[in-house]
Formats: sequence, structure tokens, C-alpha cells
Amino acid sequence: MSVSSATEVVDPVPGAGAPHLPRQPDLVQLLTPEGERVEHPDYAIDLDDQQLRELYRDLVLVRRWDVEATALQRQGELGIWASLLGQEAAQVGAGRALQPGDTAFPTYREHGVAWTRGVDPLHVISLFRGVDNGGWDPVATGFNLYTVVIGAQCLHATGYAMGVQRDGSETAVLAFLGDGATSQGEVNEAMIWAASFSAPVVFFCQNNQYAISVPLERQSRVPLYQRAAGFGFPGVRVDGNDVLAVLAVTRAALVAARDGQGPTFIEAFTYRMGAHTTSDDPTRYRLASELEEWKLRDPIARVKAYLSRSGTADQDFFDAVEAEADELAVRIRRGTTEMPDPPGTAMFDQVYAEQTPHLAAQQAQFEAYQASFGEASE
Amino acid sequence: MLRQFKLPDVGEGLTEGEILQWLVAVGDTVTVNQPLCEVETAKAAVELPSPYAGTVTALLHDAGSTVDVGTPIITIDVGGDAAPAPTGDGGETADGAGGEEVAAGLIGGAAPGGRTAVLVGYGPRNTEARRRPRRAAHAAPAPAPAADYGSGGQDRPPLLATAPDATAKPVRHGGLEVGRQAEAHAAAEAAAPSRAAEHGHRRPRPLAKPPVRKLAKDLGVDLTALTGSGDGGVITRADVHAAAAGPSAASVTELRPVPAATAGEQRIPVKGVRKHTAAAMVASAFTAPHVTEFLTVDVTRMLKLRSRIAARPEFAGVKVSPLLFVAKALLLAAGRHPMVNSSWDEAAQEIVVHGQVNLGIAAATPRGLVVPNVKDAGRLSLAELAGALAQLTETARAGRTAPEDMTGGTITITNVGVFGVDTGTPILNPGESAILAFGAIRELPWVHKGKVRPRQVTQLALSFDHRIIDGELGSRFLADVGALLSDPGTALAF
Repeated sequence: MSVSSATEVVDPVPGAGAPHLPRQPDLVQLLTPEGERVEHPDYAIDLDDQQLRELYRDLVLVRRWDVEATALQRQGELGIWASLLGQEAAQVGAGRALQPGDTAFPTYREHGVAWTRGVDPLHVISLFRGVDNGGWDPVATGFNLYTVVIGAQCLHATGYAMGVQRDGSETAVLAFLGDGATSQGEVNEAMIWAASFSAPVVFFCQNNQYAISVPLERQSRVPLYQRAAGFGFPGVRVDGNDVLAVLAVTRAALVAARDGQGPTFIEAFTYRMGAHTTSDDPTRYRLASELEEWKLRDPIARVKAYLSRSGTADQDFFDAVEAEADELAVRIRRGTTEMPDPPGTAMFDQVYAEQTPHLAAQQAQFEAYQASFGEASE
Repeated sequence: MLRQFKLPDVGEGLTEGEILQWLVAVGDTVTVNQPLCEVETAKAAVELPSPYAGTVTALLHDAGSTVDVGTPIITIDVGGDAAPAPTGDGGETADGAGGEEVAAGLIGGAAPGGRTAVLVGYGPRNTEARRRPRRAAHAAPAPAPAADYGSGGQDRPPLLATAPDATAKPVRHGGLEVGRQAEAHAAAEAAAPSRAAEHGHRRPRPLAKPPVRKLAKDLGVDLTALTGSGDGGVITRADVHAAAAGPSAASVTELRPVPAATAGEQRIPVKGVRKHTAAAMVASAFTAPHVTEFLTVDVTRMLKLRSRIAARPEFAGVKVSPLLFVAKALLLAAGRHPMVNSSWDEAAQEIVVHGQVNLGIAAATPRGLVVPNVKDAGRLSLAELAGALAQLTETARAGRTAPEDMTGGTITITNVGVFGVDTGTPILNPGESAILAFGAIRELPWVHKGKVRPRQVTQLALSFDHRIIDGELGSRFLADVGALLSDPGTALAF
């Protein structure tokens, strides 16, 4: 695969209008915002109609899940929610590039990747409801638990990749991070280790333009993908709102990792159309016109346009996906409000594989305390 | 069936939000996730989507009001059973009873243990609201302890679910006055819960462990009425049992309905200094026709003089404040214009020009506004005046001002500058004919000797009784005070 050297071409597609980057290099793109298939010299993709429709379905269902979760938070049912609105293509494309044996290390926003790994949305929601620390099996799903500490998962992923390497396993590791995380020490440390050991890890950075409220130009003087050159491995910028391009680029990077060619840094150029989390108010730091501009680059609309125009899908298909999304929303809503509280002692259960005597004593003390309510309540 | 939506914590750890506007009205049909209102919190302005499908029956708070998290803000009729069944043993009455709530997504088999409790559902929880000492929640019947704890179950049904049980004895929960509204509540209509959020009195939180609080709550014992027998006055389980066994008539008779009040409203009896102040202000404002004039003064020189004077040995130990110079300037100017130091005698139809200046100083004290005065202030030297002012305000702040010090005032200064305020339109102390407001001293760009310089500038405002003092006299007096402050050397000419 080739490193996209900074061809100083001003591209008329996503990213070109971003005011904060002086010169916009090439984006890898296979599907334009208008829904036209284009070819790229280095990346090709050949999907059958069924696979294309599946990608569309993924995008729509993931967005619906996200919208419903945001509403549930506003209704007091979730403590917080980190919305992926606008980043569906980056996540679904990256997630669908993974092979069954691969492992993904997400941040706290990779709901779309979770979806592609077969994680039940309610298992993700339980985390945001404060019921558990993530309800899915990271080993069985190949999808590690969410990491809230910014950038920490890059070290986990690199270490895991080094383990995979030593096991002689032909699988790869996909580490997710955001643009803000690239300013973190552990991310840079992880990249140095990954490069030094040629670890089979791909760093997938969703550049959604804001580290909460801080725009990218405050964090980096160069386009993020160019930083990879400093670590000594390829960096590529892909249109993060183009699910086909993301899929193609990530696949190629994962293949390279499995083949022993070491890490790749992918900058998926996208936009967080919603708030950083439900506790954030993006209108305080960015203009509505910017959002409107990015709405024209919506990751789902372009796939729908392509599917209809090419005759790959008809209205019945779109209606069916819409109905499925409605059902998913109802299931998520019901499942959330009916989610049982964990017992108070659950916090002791998963700290250590084998409980320590000190912790056992604490648990006994806590149980006795809880029991002291008993006289009155039952 | 009526469902209430309580203001959730839409950020992390927020306690209140302001309803910016309602996007629905009573009678509107709403669907799940349809925006109901826009709420602004300390972090963001957000739209709240409806958790229910149905018809809006009441908006419980007006746009513009600030609402505590956990307070019901809207009532929606979701159809189904009109009369909620009595709450069972930790059961989920409203949710289980209605079969129409598929749209709301709230029905379905109970979770293990018969619970459909929520962990972060701030909205549905009454317990959240009860923890706030300021607000009373609705009363729950004392004999149904099991329904009252642990699960979020009883939180789900509308508050009316417990109200019709008029035979239940109103109780106080955990030391908070949650029972005061009980009788009114039982008779109330659907909108009643908003009234139930009436504020209770603040009182110190009694010391008791959570299990003991729980016990007291279940037994209907008011912890604030108990004296703890444990270490450090902690209320024990035995104390609660003893109180529950003893006569409880006293606590029951207290539970009278109070006048209907809206949520967030606090009623404070008018008494003491407040009552006196109110009467005096009304008497003054509606008998003496007030005129207020303003003057902006460069007091840089006065402040320099103040530094020099403060360094003199006879001023050691006394506070040489800007107020002292204002007082001195007023006294000097009053000597030139004796009519400002006068009273209107309505009965005798005479103007009384006082022979001495009893200088009042308006003082903010913990008990409220008091205006003690310095008797015959005109005869005091600057050092004596400084000492008198310091003693006066100190005594007033300690609440020990003698009645004779508060009567007989002839003219007053109010130092609004200490609150960082520029000026105001003071109301006359009753019986007096002039009051001078002294604003904050600020460093401002000011034309001084033909150049713009940073200078210390303040504002003076003089209100006077226009029956006695004409505009000309008032203006001259104020101008003299201003001249003395901007150029203290003028005093030699007085």
C-alpha cells in the first residue's frame, strides 16, 4: 500500500472547506457526497449488491440506536451518552473491515463498531445507565470494553498486538482514537512501541474536528495523518463519511498488519454532528453554518443515493430498513427502562479473578450494613 | 392514566434547570421522543423529548421558571386505566396495570424480584427529591413500608396513586416535613403534585444513620423532634422505637394544610426590623415628595488627603474611611445650607430647622437595615467623628444599637458603594428632608487638567423632600458636598 504523500491538491470534497487547515491533501474517497462511485488509484473495493445493502442497513440502524439513546438520556434514563451522529460510516466501515479473529479497542463512542461485532446495543447502554461496566464479552466478540480515559486504549491495543505477534497468530488489532487523543502522551508512546516492534496494530483515528470544544488547528499544525511519518509507519487520510473508502482503507491496513508489515495510522476525516456528550453544548463553540455544511456530506444519504441510482435497492428495501430501525428503537427503549438494578454487592464481583481477603471483609461488612435495613423494610 | 415527567439531570450532576420555553400545550397529542420543552442548565440548553405518548393534561411550571432536578414538569395522559390500582408490595403499579404503553416502552414483565427499578432514572425517583431539605414531597401512607423503599417501583405511578388513601395518617419522613401537604393532597386534583412541592422550613439535619432514618420514616417518626441518646447526640434505633410507642398526637396536630403555595415559593413572616423598615419606607415614600439629583465627582485628591491624615498620630487606631470624608463634607455643606437639616411638621404646619445635625448612617446588619445616628455630629472633630462612625456601625452590626441612637436623626448617608454599586435613588429616613447616597469609588478615565487620566471617581445621589427643599437649594448643597470631596482645600472657604 502506498502512503498518500501530501499531494498539495485542494480537494473539492469533505475537508476542503475546513477553515482551520491551510492546505488540504487528498482524501481517499470511493463514494462522493452526491452518491457517485469514483475510483482511487491505491484503494479499490468490490462489493456485491447484498453487501452494499447490508452496509446501508448498518448505518441506519446504528444511527437510530444513537438517536434513541440520546433521547433516553434526556428523559433521565441514562446518566450520559456519547453520540456518534455523523460518524456512522467511519465506524461501520472500520468495523466491517475486521476479520472474526481480530480485536478492536474502542474509546467510548464506538457504538457503530460494537454493532458490527455483534454486541447487543443494550449491553452498551447498560454502561451508560450505570448498571455495569459494559455487558459484553470482549473475548467472544473481539471488541474490548469501552475506555473512557482518553487515548489509554492505544497502549492496551499495542500491548495486545505485541502479544498476538508473540503468539504467532495471524490476526490484527484495530485501535480507535479521536483527534484530541493524538495530543495524549500514551497515544504517542503506543505508536512508538508499535513502530519499534512492528506490531500488527492499526490506529484508526476519527478526526471529528473537535476535542470536545477545542478545534483541531489548536492541536496540530499538520494534518494528523502526516504525524505517522514521524513514527515511521504509513499514514493515510480517508473520507470518514464514505463507508466504502473507510472499509477499503481499513481492510488494506489490517491486511498489512496481518502480513507483518507493522502499524498504519488512518485518519478518518469526519464530523461530530452532535454534542461531544449529552453534557455538552456544541453551539457554544461552533457555528451552525459549519454543521449545515457537513450535513451535505452525510454518510448515510450518499449511500442511499447510490443504492437508488444504481438500482441496487428499491423503496421496499428502504421502508423495511426503516421499520427495522423503529423496532430496534422500541426494543432499546423497553430494554433500557426494564433493565434491573444490579445488587449492591455486584461491585465486589469483578475486581479480581480471585477475591482478596481484604475485599471479602469489606463485602461482608457491606452486606451486614445492608441487612441492618431489614428490620424496617421487610 | 396520567404520567408525570420529572426534570432529569441532563448533564452530569446538575441540580436544576430553567424551562426556556414549552413546545407543547395542554391538550396537545404527543408522541414518544417529541420535544416537549427547551431547558437550560448550567451546561447547555437542550430539548427534552417526551418519554410518553399521549395527551398533555398539565404543564406544571411556566416558561422562565427554574426547576429542581426530580420535580415533575408535565403531566401526560397515556390512556389506559383511569384509576391506578393501589400500590402493592414493592410492585410497579402503574407500569404493570396499563396495557397501552407499548409506545412508551414501559410495559412488560417485571424484572427479577418483581422490580423494574432504574438506577439512573433521576426523573422517576421520588427519593432524589426527598433528600433536598428545602422541599416536601408527597406523603406516603405510613402503614405500607414495603412499598416505599428500595425499588424504584413506587416512583413510577403518578403521585395520585397514594393520594386517595385519605385514611392514611400523614407522616414525616426522615426528619423532613413531607407530611404537611397530606390532607390538601388527598383532596387535590391532578395538578396537585406541583403544589406539594412546597418548601418546608430549613432546620438542622438530625444525626442518625441511614438504617435508623429508614426505620423512622417507616414508623412515621419525625427525627427532628427527637433528642438522640447515642454518642454525640446521634439518634439510635431505640430512640425511634420509643418515640413511635409514645404519644404521637403532637406531631399529628401539627399537620394542618397550609395555604396553597406554588413550587419554589417561600413565605416569610413580616416582623422585626423588616416590618419596621417597611412601615418607615411606606410612610416616607408616600408623604414626602422625593427628588433625586446625581453628581459624579473626582475624589482622587480626597483619597490622597485621606492617606496623609491616616498617618497622623491622632488618627492612630481609628478607621479613616472615604465615608468619613463624605460625612465631614456633608456636615460642612449643611452648615452653609441649614434648610437641608430640617423636618416637615404636618400637624403644626411648620418647617422645623434643627439646631444640630444628628447624622444618620444606614447600616446593613444581619437583622436588616438600621439607621443609627451620631448626635450633634457637626461639633465633632474629624478624629472624633471617625471614632463615632466606627462605634456606630460596629454596634449596629452586633445588633446592640440602643433605641435612642436610632431616633432623632436629622439627615442621613447611605453608603451603597460598599456593595460595589455606583448609585441609587435613596428613600428619605422618615422625618428627615435629605439623604445622600455614596457610590463605589472606581478608577476611571477622567479629563484632568486637559488630559485624560486614570482618576478615582465616585457618584453622589441626593434625595430630598421637595416640600422643604427646592431644586436650587438641593443642587447647591449637592454641589458643595461634591466640591469638598474633589478639592478638600475648599473647606477653608466654608
